[in-house]
Amino acid sequence: MIKLKIQKMLHGSIGQIELNVDINIKKGEFIALAGQSGSGKTTLLRILAGLESADGEIDVFGSKWLDAKKAFAPQERGIGFVFQDYALFPNMSVLQNLLFVSKDKELAEHLLELTGLTELKERFPNMLSGGQRQRVSLCRALMKRPKILLMDEPLSALDPDMRTKLQHDILKLHKEFDTTTIMVSHDPSEMYRLASRVLVLEHGKIIKDGLAKDILLKTSGSQKFTLQGELLEIKKADVIYVAIVAIGQQIVEIVLDSNEAKSFNIGQSVQVSTKAFSPSISHL
Amino acid sequence: MTNLDFEPFYISFKLAAFTTIILFIIALPLSWWLSQTSNRFKPVLEAFVSLPIVLPPSVLGFYILYALSYNSPFGAFMDEYFGVKMVFNFTGLVIASCFYSFPFMVQPLQSGFESLSKNMLEASYIAGKSKMTTLLHVALPNIKPALITALIITFAHTVGEFGVVLMVGGSIPGETKVASVAIYEYVEVMDYSSAHIYSAIMVLISFLVLLSVYIFNSQHSKKFKGL
Repeated sequence: MIKLKIQKMLHGSIGQIELNVDINIKKGEFIALAGQSGSGKTTLLRILAGLESADGEIDVFGSKWLDAKKAFAPQERGIGFVFQDYALFPNMSVLQNLLFVSKDKELAEHLLELTGLTELKERFPNMLSGGQRQRVSLCRALMKRPKILLMDEPLSALDPDMRTKLQHDILKLHKEFDTTTIMVSHDPSEMYRLASRVLVLEHGKIIKDGLAKDILLKTSGSQKFTLQGELLEIKKADVIYVAIVAIGQQIVEIVLDSNEAKSFNIGQSVQVSTKAFSPSISHL
Repeated sequence: MTNLDFEPFYISFKLAAFTTIILFIIALPLSWWLSQTSNRFKPVLEAFVSLPIVLPPSVLGFYILYALSYNSPFGAFMDEYFGVKMVFNFTGLVIASCFYSFPFMVQPLQSGFESLSKNMLEASYIAGKSKMTTLLHVALPNIKPALITALIITFAHTVGEFGVVLMVGGSIPGETKVASVAIYEYVEVMDYSSAHIYSAIMVLISFLVLLSVYIFNSQHSKKFKGL
């Protein structure tokens, strides 16, 4: 069991907020940490890694990493960390990046094999694509066989295809190495696919904590289909109005009456819902 | 003119080599610390390091001359206990040059370290590596252009110094008479042809040194583009 009880004052873009988190995490859980930027997600990860100070307690499987008296340095925690910007060592080849962490050549070869990087092991980071770099970074984070793997928006700089591939890699490695994983993410499909538990952070506090499907599925009342989007435009067409809404990568049209049309502002976040009793699904 | 004495050049380069090596050893930990710290006394230290850039060489030379001579407690101590005299000899020149060229070693290294990705250094700490290992195996190899700039500019700047070496070293042939002082003396005795040759050599060497720095840096920045 990992016990986290942390307080810290944050000076963010929205003024001062207090990060105040008290959670228990079971061994082997895959946690997705969601929430708006500035809510303290990255700071929470960095406190766990020992990169930032905080008040409170961190107890990891019986070992006290942080209490009133002492705080373990990042070097002593034996965690794995994957940064959004990869943070590879440019002066070392792919294999050297892994071996710098630990001299276990067998493990390094195994990790590269699992992620399909064996062919590229002599290359330097500047000769790799973004997806390849992040896979190297993931392998490097596992070279110490960490009990805890922390990932700060690892896939947000990648295109959708590459994301899907890496999500598979992440899940495979999480299972094979039996780590407890905490990943900061903004992408609902990614959280749904990977996480066993989702935490939503707002202004430094956890406001939602539960299974991915309970937290991520958008339903309200008797409506069965609810999507969130951004209102781009309202057009008048004869006597009715048509709202153009962006939902994810898709643009849809929704018919409004004149009263509804007046009540919305362009650019605001809206919810689109319908009583779809049997929505159909087909191949693209 | 046929039997020109090249010893002043030899002394200039020997002085520059000693100064560069000593300063590298001193400036490496200091510049690393300056790049990583948020200590409130950092600006004080930075201003102090940069002083030799703005001070007239005569001011610097005067203080160093005083500090190293028998008149100062430090100079007297070194002479009495170690029998080391530090003025008007090569040792004194090296000490004076270290002060004079200090900012030229510290500043490029510090800005090189500051340009490194913070996450990359943290990745090394998380991997269990100490600050020292991170400095030597991660930070230093990734600031090669800054490193080359620091070494070469320090060397070249020491070769080019005049005021401080004249005050602290005098002009003892074979000991403290460096090229720049030699040129000054040739002009003083109106031996313009020798002064011309010496000066032309200095211009040529300085140009080649700077050219090599710029060529290296432009090639290196191409190689690491996109990272």
